[in-house]
Amino acid sequence: MPKVKVDGVEIEVPQGATVLQACELAGKEIPRFCYHERLSIAGNCRMCLVEVKPGPPKPQASCALPAAENQEIFTNTPMVKHAREGIMEFLLINHPLDCPICDQGGECDLQDQSVAYGRGHSRYDENKRAVTEKYMGPIVKTVMTRCIQCTRCIRFAEEVAGVEEIGAIYRGENMQITSYLEEAVTSELSGNVVDLCPVGALTSKPYAFEARPWELRKTLSIDVMDAVGTNIRLDSRGRQVLRCVPRVNDDVNEEWASDKTRHAVDGLVRKRLDRPYVRRDGKLHPATWDEAFAAIAAVDHGGSVAAVAGDLVDCETMFAAKALLKQFGSSLLEGRQTGMDYDTSSLAAVNFNTTIARTEEADAILLIGTNLRWEAPLVNTRIRKAIKKGAKVFAIGPETDLTYKVEWLGADLSVLGNLPERLTDVFGKAAKPMVIVGGGALKGAHGAALALADTLGLVKDGWNGFNVVHMAASRMGGLMLGYAQKAGIAATYDAKLVYFLGADECDFANFRGVKVYVGHHGDKGAHHADIILPGASYAEKSGTFVNIEGRVQRGERAVFPPGDAREDWTIFRALSETLGHTLPFDTLDELRAAMALDCPELATLGLKTFAWNSPSLGTTAQGVLEGYPIKDFYLTNAICRASPTMQRCSAELVHGESFAEAAE
Amino acid sequence: MADAAAIPDEAEVRARWGAFQWNEDSKAKRDAILSRYPAGREQSASIPLLDLAQRQVGAETQTQGWLPVPVIEFVAREIGVPYMRVYEVATFYTMFNLAPVGRFHVQVCGTTPCMLRGSDDVLAACKNKGLIKGKTTPDGLFTLTEVECMGNCSSAPMVQINDDNYEDLDYDRTIAILETLANGGTPKPGTQEPGRHTVEPKGGPTSLTAMVTENHDYRGEWNVASQGADA
Repeated sequence: MPKVKVDGVEIEVPQGATVLQACELAGKEIPRFCYHERLSIAGNCRMCLVEVKPGPPKPQASCALPAAENQEIFTNTPMVKHAREGIMEFLLINHPLDCPICDQGGECDLQDQSVAYGRGHSRYDENKRAVTEKYMGPIVKTVMTRCIQCTRCIRFAEEVAGVEEIGAIYRGENMQITSYLEEAVTSELSGNVVDLCPVGALTSKPYAFEARPWELRKTLSIDVMDAVGTNIRLDSRGRQVLRCVPRVNDDVNEEWASDKTRHAVDGLVRKRLDRPYVRRDGKLHPATWDEAFAAIAAVDHGGSVAAVAGDLVDCETMFAAKALLKQFGSSLLEGRQTGMDYDTSSLAAVNFNTTIARTEEADAILLIGTNLRWEAPLVNTRIRKAIKKGAKVFAIGPETDLTYKVEWLGADLSVLGNLPERLTDVFGKAAKPMVIVGGGALKGAHGAALALADTLGLVKDGWNGFNVVHMAASRMGGLMLGYAQKAGIAATYDAKLVYFLGADECDFANFRGVKVYVGHHGDKGAHHADIILPGASYAEKSGTFVNIEGRVQRGERAVFPPGDAREDWTIFRALSETLGHTLPFDTLDELRAAMALDCPELATLGLKTFAWNSPSLGTTAQGVLEGYPIKDFYLTNAICRASPTMQRCSAELVHGESFAEAAE
Repeated sequence: MADAAAIPDEAEVRARWGAFQWNEDSKAKRDAILSRYPAGREQSASIPLLDLAQRQVGAETQTQGWLPVPVIEFVAREIGVPYMRVYEVATFYTMFNLAPVGRFHVQVCGTTPCMLRGSDDVLAACKNKGLIKGKTTPDGLFTLTEVECMGNCSSAPMVQINDDNYEDLDYDRTIAILETLANGGTPKPGTQEPGRHTVEPKGGPTSLTAMVTENHDYRGEWNVASQGADA
C-alpha cells in the first residue's frame, strides 16, 4: 500500500495502482482519452500528463505510470497545464471543427476537455488530414476524420467482445482505425464501441441525427431483451424512446449492453397495439374497452381460466393476472411458452447461483447446452474474464464460436453420466468449479446436471457453482410468482379462457379456449387472439424484474403507451370490476404491497439467495442436442421483430445478406 | 493516404490467390522461422512469414512480389492469429507491397540529405526512362516509389531496387543501372563511385589514418593526448 502525495495531500493507494488512479482517489480529475478502467492501458493519447517527483523533469503519462512509495504528484502546476494544452493542440490539428453536425456533440470528451485545455485558436495553417468512412456494420456509424486514435474500440473488440475484427492499419499520419476489410463487425456487443469512443468517430447508426443529449429525458430502467437484467437508461423525447444506453452496475452488466438491448427500442413505436380488438366472424375488429371487457365477461368458463406469461412482462403484470385468476379459484399459471417443464420445486435449482459478478472467480467451467454468446452475452464476457485469470472451459453441445477457447465434449448429453477424465481432473483441482446449464439442456439433463453438484463438488462454503441460464426477462419473477405447472404449458391447453400476457412464442393451435391477448405488439400472439387488450411495453410502465441470478430490480416509466393502450396491471384491475370480482388494489403501490405479501422476496430490491436444496430428479441424461434454443439472436421477441434495426442486423449478421452502402 | 495504391479488387484477387500454399522451398524456410519462437508465441513470426509469402508471390509472378489479402489471411491461419492482427502488420511496414509491383521495385530516397546531393537528378533519370511515381511501367519491369530515408546518407543519393542499394548516384549512373536491369544484367550493388568501396570519405581517409594499411592500437595515444590537453 504505497503512500503518495497528490498536490500536497498524502493518501494511501492500493498496491499496483497507477498514478492516474491515485489522483482519482485524491479527488483530482485527470483528463484522458485512451485510458478506460475496463480496458488495458494503452498510454497513447498523452492527455493525462502530470508532474511526478522523483522522476525525470518532464510531464509523465499518469495512466501508464505505477504509483510508488513517497511519490509526489502534481496535477495543477503550470507545467502540467501547459503540457496538456500542447497535447490538446496536437489532437485538434487534424480533428475537424464539425461539432454542430456531429452526433457526439454535447457528450463528447474532446469537446468537454477542450473547454479546459483548448487554446481557442489554431496555429496550424496546413491542410487537415481526412480519412474515408469505414463500414463497421448496421450499428456503428463512422466518421473517421474525427478519430483521435485512442484505440479504445480496438481494445474493446479484442478484450471484452473477443472479436478481433477492429484494428489500426497503416502508420503515422496515415493510421486509420477500421474493421477488417471494412466488413461488418460480427459482435453482439459492437454498440459499446459507440459509448467508448471519446469523440464522434464512432456513433450510433440507427440513432444518427435523431436528437441532442440535452433535449432527452433520461429514465432509469431495466432491460428485458434477455434475462441478465442489464441496467439501462432510456433517453426519450416527447412520446418516443430514442435510445437506450447502459448504466454502470458492476454486479450485473458492468457498463456494457448488447446490441439488442441498445437498438431494439425503435421497435417500440412500430406494430403497436393501440386499441382493443374483438374477433367477430373470424376477423379482428376494433372495439372499445367496454366492448372488449364485455366479450370477456361473456365467456362461460366456470373457473377454467389460465394465464400464460410472455418473456417481457414485469412481475406486477404477472401478479395482477394471478390475483384475477385467484378470484375465480384458478391458479393455472405458466410462463415457459416453448413447452419446458423442468422441476421448479426448488428455485435454487433453476437459478444462476454463482451470481454474474462472481463468475469471474471461477476456475473450471462446464457449459451444458448453452450458447451463452446469444443467450446471455454479458455472462459470456464474464467467462472471458475468468479465462484470462486461468479458468478452463468445457462445453457440451453443438460446436459454436463463443469467442474463447472451449474444449467441446460433443453434443450428446449422455456424456454427463460418464465425464471424461480431462474434465474430472480439472474440476478435481478447481477451487471454484462452475456448471452452467442452458435452456437447451434443461429438458434432458436437468437432473443429471444437478447430480454434478455432488460429484464435482460445486456447492461448498461460500460458493455455489450450479447455474441455470434463462433467456426470458420474466422467467425468474414468474417462477417466484408460481408461473409454472408440473406439466408445463400443456396444462393450460384445455382452459376455457386463457390470458396471454404478451406471450408470442407459444404454439397457439393447441389452445382450445377463448384467447385474450394482453400485450403491446401486434405479433404472433395478437394474430391468434380472440380479444386483444393493448398493454404497455417495458419502457411504458414501472416494472419489477428478477434476473437470472435472482436480483430484483425495478425500472421506471419513460414514456406513455400509445393510443388507448394502458399499463397492464390497470387493465386487469378494470377488467376485474367488469367481471364483478374487483381486485383489492387501486394504485401501483397497493399492488406492490399485495405482491410483497404473496411473494416476500419481491418486497425489496436486490439480490435474493435461494437456499440450496436440490430436488431429487432422475440423474440419467439422454438426447443429442441438435442446436441451441435461440436461432436468431436479433429476433427473439416481439419488440425486436418490430425493430428495423434488429431486422437489418439479423439479415446481415445472422443470414449473411450483404447491403450495398448507399452512395453519399 | 492519397498516394497509396488501392487494395486491388477482391473477387479477382481471391480467385487468383485464394488457394495460396507454401511451395517446397518456402515450406522449409517456414519451419525454420517458426522454430525460432517458443510454442504459443507464433504471432512473433508474422513479419518473417509475410516476407516469405511476398517473396514466393514474387517468384510465382516474376515480380518483386506483393501481398494479396488471401495470402495475408493464409499467413494468419499459419500462425493462428486473427486476420486483423496480421493485416495491421502488413499495412504498417512499407516493405510489404499491398498492390502488385513490377519486376524491379525502384525506391528512390527523397529525404533531405539525398535531395541535397541530387536525388532530383535520380528521379529525373527515372522519369526519362518512363517510370512514373506509384505506377508500374507497361512492360511490367519497373515500379517507382519515392521513399523516406533509408540510412545511406553518407553515400547519397541512393536508390533501393529490390534487395540491393545503389549509392552515389547521378543522372547517368541511374540510367546505366536501369538499363542494365532492363537488359537482364546485374549492376554492382553499393556505391557507384569509382574507387570508393563503401562509405569512406572521398579523397582518402581523414581520420584513423594509421588504420588504412594495418590494424593500429590508438588507445595509448588517447591517454597521452588527453593528458596533453589537460596540461
